[in-house]
Amino acid sequence: MAMIKVNPTRMELTKLKKRNKTARRGHKLLKDKRDEMVKQFLDLVRKNRLLRAEIEDLLAGINASFSIAGAAMSVQALEQALCYPKQEVFVDAVTKNIMSVNVPVFTPKLSGEKNDIYPYGLAFTSGELDRAVGGLASVMPKLLELAQTEKAVMLLAEEIEKTRRRVNALEHVMIPEQEETIKYIVAKLDEDERSNTSRLMKVKEMVLERPSEKA
Amino acid sequence: MYKIAIIGDRESVLCYKAIGLDVYVETSFQKASKLLNELAVKNYAVIFIIEDLYGKMKTAVDKYMYSPLPAIISVPGKKGSDGSGMAAIKQAVERAIGADIVN
Repeated sequence: MAMIKVNPTRMELTKLKKRNKTARRGHKLLKDKRDEMVKQFLDLVRKNRLLRAEIEDLLAGINASFSIAGAAMSVQALEQALCYPKQEVFVDAVTKNIMSVNVPVFTPKLSGEKNDIYPYGLAFTSGELDRAVGGLASVMPKLLELAQTEKAVMLLAEEIEKTRRRVNALEHVMIPEQEETIKYIVAKLDEDERSNTSRLMKVKEMVLERPSEKA
Repeated sequence: MYKIAIIGDRESVLCYKAIGLDVYVETSFQKASKLLNELAVKNYAVIFIIEDLYGKMKTAVDKYMYSPLPAIISVPGKKGSDGSGMAAIKQAVERAIGADIVN
């Protein structure tokens, strides 16, 4: 096992023990953070999946209607009908904090009349176009929700990966390394003490022998 | 207040104009990538991109993957969904957890 290169002294030992305690505490906290983030992440992913499936279904219908409208009307007429929209969509973006990850929250802000979104007269356009535009207008809030959850999923995924790496680095590298070093220092200090004791015993023996020589 | 944009081929995006999105018609992925970089520094919070274009300009999109704004989202166009949106979610799960365990 790898070890940190230190002088085997008492001071180093105290320092290392302190660091080991901090590392353990950090490891526990990060692990808790990771677990909670994964929980939130999975909830979001499930929501994202459902939302995306729903939106893809709805958009398929809208695109079909629009294609039919495109077939029934000339390209110029279609563009003319759509080129001056009656409403404008804005979004308000505030950030929400999920486990210290800042994710955006979008709220749509529509300008213009709510009930009359069709920017064209009904006389020269196909009915399918109304269906497509109306459908799209009702899907819009969902699309924004999708954007919001998908962004949150991406941001959380990155943060989870980072945290996971940190947890692993602490668990499998830093903490074992420190413990190994602590063990080494303790052994070394014990060894020094033993050698010191035996040296003292030897000296004492020699001192005790001396007066008998003189006598 | 932020705006919303959509990039894609004419038939797929024209409809979005009616409900007030900023529509950019683009089919070449190089031009679309450039456009995306321009839009990203402007006042756009959400940029929708039609799926097949989105798939081609992955490198440009990935740049904004981990910044809070703008959110760049793929939507199916007139050809219908090719499943790439779902694949992106799967990829994110695999990245975060190591295996796709959500069904």
